[in-house]
Parts: sequence; structure tokens; C-alpha cells
Amino acid sequence: MAKPNMSPVKNPMPTQDPAVRAHNFDEVALGYTEAQALDEATRCLNCKNAPCVTGCPVNIHIPAFIEKVREGDFEAAYQIIRKSSSLPAVCGRVCPQEKQCESKCVRGIKGEPVGIGRLERFVADWHNTFSTEHPVLPEKNGHRVAIVGSGPAGLTCAGALAARGYEVTVYEALHVAGGVLMYGIPEFRLPKHIVQKEVDGLRAMGVTIETNVVIGKTVTVDELFEEGFEAVFVGSGAGLPKFMGIPGESLKGVYSANEFLTRSNLMKAYREDATTPILRARRVAVVGGGNVAMDAARTALRLGAEEVSIIYRRSMEELPARKEEVEHAEEEGIIFRLLNNPVEILGYHNPDDRRDPKNGFVTGIKCQKMMLGEPDERGRRSPVAVPDSEWVLDVDCVIMSIGTSPNPLIKSTTEGLDVNSRGGIIVEEDTGLTSREGVYAGGDAVTGAATVILAMGAGKTAAEAIDAYLQSK
Amino acid sequence: MYQIIRKAVLNPTVVRMDILAPRVANKAKAGQFIILRVDENGERIPLTVAGTNPAEGTVRIIFQTVGATTDALARKNEGEYLQDFVGPLGKATEIEGLKKVCVVGGGVGCAIALPVAQALHDAGCEVHSIIGFRGKDLLILEDEFKACSDRLTIMTDDGSYGRQGVVTVPLKEAIEAGECYDRVITIGPLIMMKFVVATTKPYGVPTVVSMNPVMVDGTGMCGGCRLTVGGKTVFACVDGPEFDGFEVDFDEAMSRSTMYADFERHARDASCNLFKKEVE
Repeated sequence: MAKPNMSPVKNPMPTQDPAVRAHNFDEVALGYTEAQALDEATRCLNCKNAPCVTGCPVNIHIPAFIEKVREGDFEAAYQIIRKSSSLPAVCGRVCPQEKQCESKCVRGIKGEPVGIGRLERFVADWHNTFSTEHPVLPEKNGHRVAIVGSGPAGLTCAGALAARGYEVTVYEALHVAGGVLMYGIPEFRLPKHIVQKEVDGLRAMGVTIETNVVIGKTVTVDELFEEGFEAVFVGSGAGLPKFMGIPGESLKGVYSANEFLTRSNLMKAYREDATTPILRARRVAVVGGGNVAMDAARTALRLGAEEVSIIYRRSMEELPARKEEVEHAEEEGIIFRLLNNPVEILGYHNPDDRRDPKNGFVTGIKCQKMMLGEPDERGRRSPVAVPDSEWVLDVDCVIMSIGTSPNPLIKSTTEGLDVNSRGGIIVEEDTGLTSREGVYAGGDAVTGAATVILAMGAGKTAAEAIDAYLQSK
Repeated sequence: MYQIIRKAVLNPTVVRMDILAPRVANKAKAGQFIILRVDENGERIPLTVAGTNPAEGTVRIIFQTVGATTDALARKNEGEYLQDFVGPLGKATEIEGLKKVCVVGGGVGCAIALPVAQALHDAGCEVHSIIGFRGKDLLILEDEFKACSDRLTIMTDDGSYGRQGVVTVPLKEAIEAGECYDRVITIGPLIMMKFVVATTKPYGVPTVVSMNPVMVDGTGMCGGCRLTVGGKTVFACVDGPEFDGFEVDFDEAMSRSTMYADFERHARDASCNLFKKEVE
């Protein structure tokens, strides 16, 4: 091996200029060029014990794929990733690598870790653009497995089972496959054609995807077994949006982040020719500090808002969103109003004219200033209200992004499926097995809102367990 | 894709279609709804199920052309296809144990009230139906209601057919005349349902209303269809669409229903202009 490139910093990711991208829905990060990828690959030390792999929820053999990049054999690099991950082009974009593989990288001790995520994205995009390889279809083993939900957990589980010869059918409630990758994550962070390319890849492997089927309504889990499926994987996601329970949340102009993002991403409300409406607000407040809040804020900006604020009750340090997303949002001009907690949403009311069209629309959000108290048992400093500190921010749209809870549709129609107090399906951690024989679950339906890659890890684990279960039957 | 097996125009703005969707037809019960998209770039709209034929695998929808999407839907013909059709969603009407029910329908809401009346009738319940329309030209489903009602009262705003007046008049008369309804079930415009509730509440007659707010996914994911019922936030798509009328905050629901009035107006105009061009 040639001498490694000892540059202490990653090759920077080329991005669209913030002033330009704040007004379009094109992808923010443009991806490495071949030269950048080749150079970044030489920063990998190819450690024998590969600590990075332990940081990856699906255990991609990272040094091996990077070695292939270094050799310029990008297709071989792709095939190595593909062995462990069904959605490389997605993960290369939305994984929190800084908390996973890259956090374990030896190069990160003195300087920046290897840009593993950026290399993964490069390899996946190269494959999607140039590869002419067709997947080798495995021999069918005659067993049928049903997957509920076509988000990251379901697609991963489907891909892993199809690769082992199972006949897999994925049921999706919406009209298009991809789950949160389609309705939740915006185009400018994850272009939808890339998601569809990954879904097409699964179809090419023989996976059947049936859209417009709501498991629990159109068909129940029990009926899937009656139809001849021998195992079912539930990856139905964390559906139900939470609200704060403060006055004014029913005013016109108050959205859940789910609704706002679904209108824009899934229903393309951002396009001029859209048939689905979305409020084109001037001043927007997004309540919450997670990745979804960043997505909602940046979407609102791109829809033409003049001022978009993030309202979060803790400080920058506690903000749960990925650092990269926060930086991108700041560059684009999103205002972070930290240590603030909404107590009421204010609306227009004309006492003299009940028919005034402005009646019932949002005019502002009343916030209370917060300070950080003593750390709790988990070490997180909890916010405490500052007395007499209420103030009003003028806005015409409020987007609540304070989390979701698992969708109860399947639980309520599947007897013997145990859930915890928060509504998450209870599973054995190392198999994904639920309280029902033959029924497995994973992703947000189990954990509540988490990340794409954790859901994929759960889908992969369940696929292995389903394989073991059906082979031993 | 979901084929339109039959289509009939019931009045100048109301169309009936039977859609081939066997899985939905197998499951759908009175009170539940479906979501459809007309074409590739279409919006998702909820429509309450107006009937099913499981043997044929069809689901009946009856809708009024009120916006760009329903216009586009109305222009589809027998044999053509809808892009998407998913359901059944929401909870079915509670029928069990009811002995005597008054079903109150208004306008195109009668299309949804009909399967409820039929289900009650089939379960052996005594059904009194009151259906109201603006005028005779908008009257729909008279024969169907006759067939499943022990008593049918038709009201028109202008008196061009049946009795002149609003649906709450005969409802109040019946209650005052001593009719003991186990329940009143009402489906129609928000303002009508609000007044039905105002009529029954003083007498304590349990009243169920069917809400049809703005929705996107219909599975509990977006929260756009939220209503305040009994002081609590509920989602019409998974907790409803039927609720205890005494507890529903109608004024809020009416306000929320106008959120996209501007957008709808523009979309409708654009759609009409397009149609004019097609005709020319």
C-alpha cells in the first residue's frame, strides 16, 4: 500500500451556494468528484481491527470498500457496500456518520476522520450512473414473507430476504414506496429519484411492492398468514405527530412537521403545478430542534418565507439535530431562537366581522424564555422557565416538530401483539421477534422516532432472524 | 390502477362511480372512507364510502364537484382508471344494539348517510330518514332512501319538492311528538350538522356526526384532520370520522375547513379554463 495521505482534514463536500440554494429544492451537497473520492480514499489507514465497522449499524466492511475506491474499482466498492446495505445512496446522504462509523475512525483522533459517508455516497452515485451490472437473482426457496411498510426498515428487510431466495411482498399504505425517505426527508437533502432508484433495485431483485394497502385496515396481519405468508415484518414507522397541547394549535397556519413535509415532499406542493396546497407563509416558526425541525425550517425558507425561526427550549449544545444540518440551516439564514418555549399560538379575530377571511389564521407565537437547570439522571440539563419573560414573535405559520409516536393501526387490529407504554411494539432486541410467533418488527414502530440507519439495522437483524426461523421450521 | 366500472350523473354537480378495488370492497363498512388520487400528479382526497359490492369487487363513491380534483374526477369516464384508491380508512358506524334511529342527511352528505341507513335497516333497526336539498334539481337517492327507511321526510330549501324548510324542523317535530330515538346520525355540511346537534342536545338525544376535514395521508400521520372533541385534539382519520356531536367544536372545524380557500379558488379557475379550452 502506498503511503497514506496524512492530511488532517477531509476533502470538503462541494455544496450549492447558501444564497442560491435557499431558493431552490435542488440537492444542497453536490457529491465528490472522482478526484476528490480517490484522494479521500487515500486517507484511510486500512486498520486491521477496523473500528469504523463496529460503529455501523449494518456493519458495512468500510476499509474494504474504501480500498476498492483507492484502486479506482468503484463497482467493486459498491458491491462490498451492497452486501451489507440495501440503500447505499440513501445512507451516504442521511446517515449521522459523525456519531457512527466516523466517530470510531482512528484518523479522527488527530484531525478529521475519513469522509466515509461522502465516499459511500460517491460510490453509490457512481454505480447508479454508470453501472450496467444486473443483480444475480437468487434461486427461490419457496417461502413467502410479507413486509409492512416500505420505509428504510422494510426495504432493508425485504432486500436481505430477497437475496436469500425468499418471495417478498412489501405493503405500503401511501401511493409510493419509500416511507419517510419519500414523505419526510426533503428533496434538497435526498432527491426522490435516488430513493426510487434504490426501490427499483429491490424490484429488480424480485421484491413485489404493493402500494395503497394499509395493513390493519385493507388487510390484517392475520389475513396475511391466511394468504400463505409464513412470516411478517412490521416496519410501519412512527406515524402520529405530537402537539404541545397549548392554546391556538388548531388555528389555520399551524402544521405538524409531518403534514408540512408530506405536502411538500410527497405531494410536491412546492412546485408551481402542484394540486396539493401548502401555505406560502412569510414568517415561520418551527418548534423543536431535531433533524425534522431543520428539514421543515429549510423547506419553509425554500417555499418563499422571509424569516424562519427555530424555537427550541434548550441551548445549541443540546440541539438534537445533526451538526451538518444545523450548519447548513444557519448558512441559509434560519434564525435559532434558543432557550424559548412556546406557551400559546395567537390568531386573528375580527370581532366586528365574522366573515373576515383573515379570521382564524395565525398571527404570532407567544414564547417564554428558559434557562438550563441542573442536569437530570441522564446528564441532560432540563430547561426551567424564566419568570415574567413572555414575549411574542410575529409569524403567520407555526410548524410543530416535537416528535411522533408509533402508529396504532397495526397494534389495534392484531391480537396478541404487545406494545409498551409509548405505543412501541415490544421485540426481542437481537431478533426483532414480537410477542406473536412469526411476526417481527423494527424501526420507528419499535423505537419511536429514530434514524434511517437504525431502522435499516433493525430490518437487517429481523431478516436474519426470519431466515433462521423459517429454515428451522 | 383502479378501473371505473360504472358512472352515473345524479344531478348537475353530483356524480356516482363504482370503482374496482376488491380488497377495499371486501372490508369497507358504512361510515368508513377511502382516499383516491385521480392521476399521477393528483392530490389525495378523502371520500366516504357510499356502498360496496364485494361479489363484484367494487366500491361506490358519490361526490360533488367542489374543486379542481373533484372536477377532474367527474370528467373521468366508465372504463377509465384512477391512479390510486386506498382504504377502508377510519372507523365504521356503530350499528349494534340500536333499535330506532333518525338518519339526517344534507346534500351530497346523503350519499354517505344512505349506507348507514341501509346498514341499520338490515340490522332490524327502525329507521326514520330526513334528507334535505337546496332544491328539487339537486335531489338524489330518493328511491334508495325509501327502500331502507320506515319513514322518509324530504326537505328542500326552496320548497320545490317535499316540504319547504331545513332538516331540523321535522327532526324537532318528531322528537317533540315523542319519538324516542336511540340515536340521531347526521351527515352533511358542517353548518347543518351543527344545527342538528343544537336541535337534539336540549332533548339529550345522542347524536353522531360524520366529519370530513382536510386530510393528506388518512392513516394518522399528518394530523391535518385534527378536530377538538370534548376539549381534546383528535384525528378524524383514525379516531373518526364519526364523533359524538355534543362534543365537537364545530366553529373551529368550520374555520379550519377554509384554510386553503384561496388556493382552491385558483385551482378551480385554472381547471375550468382548461376545460373551456378542451370544449372549444
